[in-house]
Amino acid sequence: MEIAFLLAALVSVACVTLICVFLLANGVPAMREIGFFDFLLGRTWKPGADIYGIFPMIVGSIYVTGLALLMGVPIALLTAVYLAYFCPKRIYRMIKPAIELLAGIPSVVYGFFGIVVLVPLVRALGEPFDGRGNSILTASMLLAIMILPTIIGVVEPAIRAVPRSYYEGSLALGATHERSVFAAVMPAARSGVQAGIVLGLGRAMGETMAVIMVAGNQARMPKGIFQGIRTLTGNIVMEMGYATGLHREALIATGVVLFVFILLINLAFSALKRRDAR
Amino acid sequence: MTTKFSVQHMDLHYGAFHALKDVNLNIRAHEITAFIGPSGCGKSTLLRSLNRMNDLVEDCRITGDIRLDGEDIYAPGTDVNMLRKRVGMVFQKPNPFPMSVYDNVAYGPRTHGVKKRAALDAIVEKSLRDAAIWDEVKDRLHRSALGLSGGQQQRLCIARALAAQPEVILMDEPTSALDPISTGRIEDLAMELKRDYTIVMVTHNMQQATRVSDSTVFFLLGEIIESGKTEAIFSRPQDKRTEAYITGRFG
Amino acid sequence: MKKRSRHPGSALLRLAVHAAAGTTVLVLGFLVGYILVRGVPNLRPALFAPTYTSENQSMLPAIVNTCTMTLCALLLAVPVGIGASVYMVEYAGRGSRIVRLVRTTTETLSGIPSIVYGLFGMLLFNNAMGFGYSLIAGALTLSIMILPLIMRTTEEALLSVPDLYREGSFGLGAGKLRTVFAIVLPTALPGILSGVILAIGRIVGETAALMYTSGTVAKIAGLSDSGITLALHMYKQASEGLYIEEAYATSVVLLVLVLLINFASGRVAARIGGKRG
Repeated sequence: MEIAFLLAALVSVACVTLICVFLLANGVPAMREIGFFDFLLGRTWKPGADIYGIFPMIVGSIYVTGLALLMGVPIALLTAVYLAYFCPKRIYRMIKPAIELLAGIPSVVYGFFGIVVLVPLVRALGEPFDGRGNSILTASMLLAIMILPTIIGVVEPAIRAVPRSYYEGSLALGATHERSVFAAVMPAARSGVQAGIVLGLGRAMGETMAVIMVAGNQARMPKGIFQGIRTLTGNIVMEMGYATGLHREALIATGVVLFVFILLINLAFSALKRRDAR
Repeated sequence: MTTKFSVQHMDLHYGAFHALKDVNLNIRAHEITAFIGPSGCGKSTLLRSLNRMNDLVEDCRITGDIRLDGEDIYAPGTDVNMLRKRVGMVFQKPNPFPMSVYDNVAYGPRTHGVKKRAALDAIVEKSLRDAAIWDEVKDRLHRSALGLSGGQQQRLCIARALAAQPEVILMDEPTSALDPISTGRIEDLAMELKRDYTIVMVTHNMQQATRVSDSTVFFLLGEIIESGKTEAIFSRPQDKRTEAYITGRFG
Repeated sequence: MKKRSRHPGSALLRLAVHAAAGTTVLVLGFLVGYILVRGVPNLRPALFAPTYTSENQSMLPAIVNTCTMTLCALLLAVPVGIGASVYMVEYAGRGSRIVRLVRTTTETLSGIPSIVYGLFGMLLFNNAMGFGYSLIAGALTLSIMILPLIMRTTEEALLSVPDLYREGSFGLGAGKLRTVFAIVLPTALPGILSGVILAIGRIVGETAALMYTSGTVAKIAGLSDSGITLALHMYKQASEGLYIEEAYATSVVLLVLVLLINFASGRVAARIGGKRG
C-alpha cells in the first residue's frame, strides 16, 4: 500500500514532466522553423503571411501587468496594513472573510464586469485622446482589481507575523502609531511583501479570459494606454480555435514563452517565501 | 530630592478584572525604584501605565491620577508620543529592530525630527557610550543588530532608549532573559545612569533589588503592601507579607 | 506636553491607509453589488429550460455539464491527492528527497496559469490520446489543475492531527495502514473537505483551461462529447455582445454559486479551527 501512496505522490512530478515535454515538443520546432529571435523579437504577427513575431504580445503582457501592479500594489499593501494594524476587530471580522471570498470570483465574472463597467468608463476618459474602451488601461485596471485579494492574502499574514515587540519598542520611543507600523514593522515584513507582489505579478501575467474580454487584442506594438493590445495569453485563446500547421505550433510556442515567464516568477516567489520563513 | 512621578488613588481594570487597587506612590527623581512581588501582582501593569503602554490593551480602564512633574499624563489631549519620548522603556526580552545597530539607535532621534547626519552620528555615539556598549559595536555599526548577543542586544535597547533623550527609563525585568555576567553589566549600567535619569525597574530577583535600587515597592494581588527605602524594606519589613516574600516563603 | 504636537506625516499615512482599505472594499463590493442588482432581474425561468437555442440562451445544459465535469475531476484528483498527502505526511521521512521533489513540483503546478493547462490538456488528452473535444478531456485537465490545491489542504489537515492519536493507535497494536485509515484520515476529514470544496469552486469558475479541451457545444453532454460549462457559457454570451442580459443572469448564477461554495469551505475550515481552539 505504501507503494500506492508513493505513486500518488509522484503523479505531480509526472504531470510537471509531461507538461514540460508536451509544450516543448510542440512549441520548440516552431521556434526553430520561424527562427528563435525572429519569433521572440519579431514585431509583426501576420499568420496569413506566415509571419510570426510575438514581441508585441510580450510587450503587451509586460505593459498590462506592470500597469496593473502600479495601480494594484499600493492599494493592496495599504489595505493589508489596515487589516493588520488599523482595523477595529468588529470590522475585521466582516472585511477579512469578504476579501477572501472575493479571491474566488471567476475570471469571466471579472471580465464581464470589465465589459459593462470599466470599458465605458475608460472610453469616456479616453475620449479627448482618441481612445478606445478596450485598451491597455482597461485591462490593467481590471487586473489591478483582480490581484488585490491575492496580494492582501499573502501580505497581511506576513505583517502579522512580525513580532509585536518591534511595534511596542517603537511606540515606547515616542513614535506615532503610523510611524511604528511603517518604519519598524514593515521593514521586518519585507520579504513577505515582496512575495505577495510576485504572486500578484504571476496572477496578472497568467490571467487570460478577463484580459481578452477588455484588452482589444490587436496584435501590434502598444500605441498608448488608451489603445488596445494583445497579451501572450490572449494570443493563444484568440487564434487557437482555427489555427493549423505552423500557425498552431506558433501559438503553442507562445504558451511555452508564457510558461517560462511564469516559472521564473514562481521561482522568485518560492525563494522569497523561504527567506520569509527563516 | 524631588518627586518625578506621583500616583494617587489609581485603579486599573482589564475588563472585569481589577488589576490594580487604590495605588498611591511617589517615585523620586534620580533614584532607582524597584517594583517587586510575585507574578501577576500588578507591578508590570503599573510600570506600563507610567508611559501609557497599557493604552494598547483593549478594555483597559484607568481611574485616579498619575502625574509626571505635576502634569496629569492621562489628561485628555495629552500627546502620548511626547510622553513616551520623555518616559523611555526597556523590555523584558531584548527587542532590537531588524536593522543595523546605527539605525536602531538613530530611530528615536529620527522619529523626533533629527535629520542631520552629523547630529545623528553624535547622538548615536554618545548613547552607545552611555550604555557601555560602544567599544563592542563601534566596528559593526552598520551591520544587523540581530547578530549581537542577548546581553549586547539589551544594552543596545538601553542605548536606543537613551537616544530619545528621555527623563525616565522604565525597565521591565530587563535582565530576566540574560546570563549572570550580562546581568551584572546591566545593573552597573543602571547605577551609572541614575545620575542623569530616573529609573523604575520591575524585577523578580530580590538580590537585584537590594543591589541596585534606592527605593523598593512591594506588590501583592494588585495592591501596594509596602514601600520605602530599599534598605529599610529588606532589613525591617513592617508587614508580615513583605517579610514572607523577601525571605522566600511565597511565589 | 498637553498641546497635541502635530505629526503631518503620520496623519497623511493614516489617511492613505484608510483610503486604500476603503477603495478595496468599495471596488470589490461594487463589483458584487453591480452584478447582483443588474443580474437578478434578468433571471427568467426560460433560462433554465432543458434545451439551449440561440433564441433562448438556456443555461441548464451548461449547469448539468458543470456538475458532470466537477464530479469527474474530483473522482480523478481527490484519491490521488489524498494518497499523495498520506505518503508525504505519514510515510516519507522529513526532508527526504522525494518529499522535496514532490513539494517543488506541486508548487510549480499551483503557479501555472490555466491557459497553459488548457494547451497541455489539448495536446495530451484531445490530440495524443485521441479523446477530441470532450468532457473527459476537460475533467482530466482540471484534475491536474486542482491537484496541488487538494494536496496542500490535505497535508495541512494531516499535519494538524496530534501525534498522540497515532501513538494511541500504534499502542493498541494497529499497523500503519490501519492507523491511517481508522484514525488519521477521519480526524483530518473536515480539513480535507474544505480543500475539496475550494477545488469545486475553482472548477466551476474555470474557463481558459476548458475552451480547447471540453469545447463549447451547448447541450447536455456525455463523457466523450463536447459540452460547455457554465463559466464558458457566460464567456460566450459576454464576448459575443448579443446576449448581455442573459450574460448578466448567468453571471449572477456563477457568482452566487462560487461565493456560496467558498463560503461553505470557509465554514467547514472554521469549524475544525473552532473545535480545536
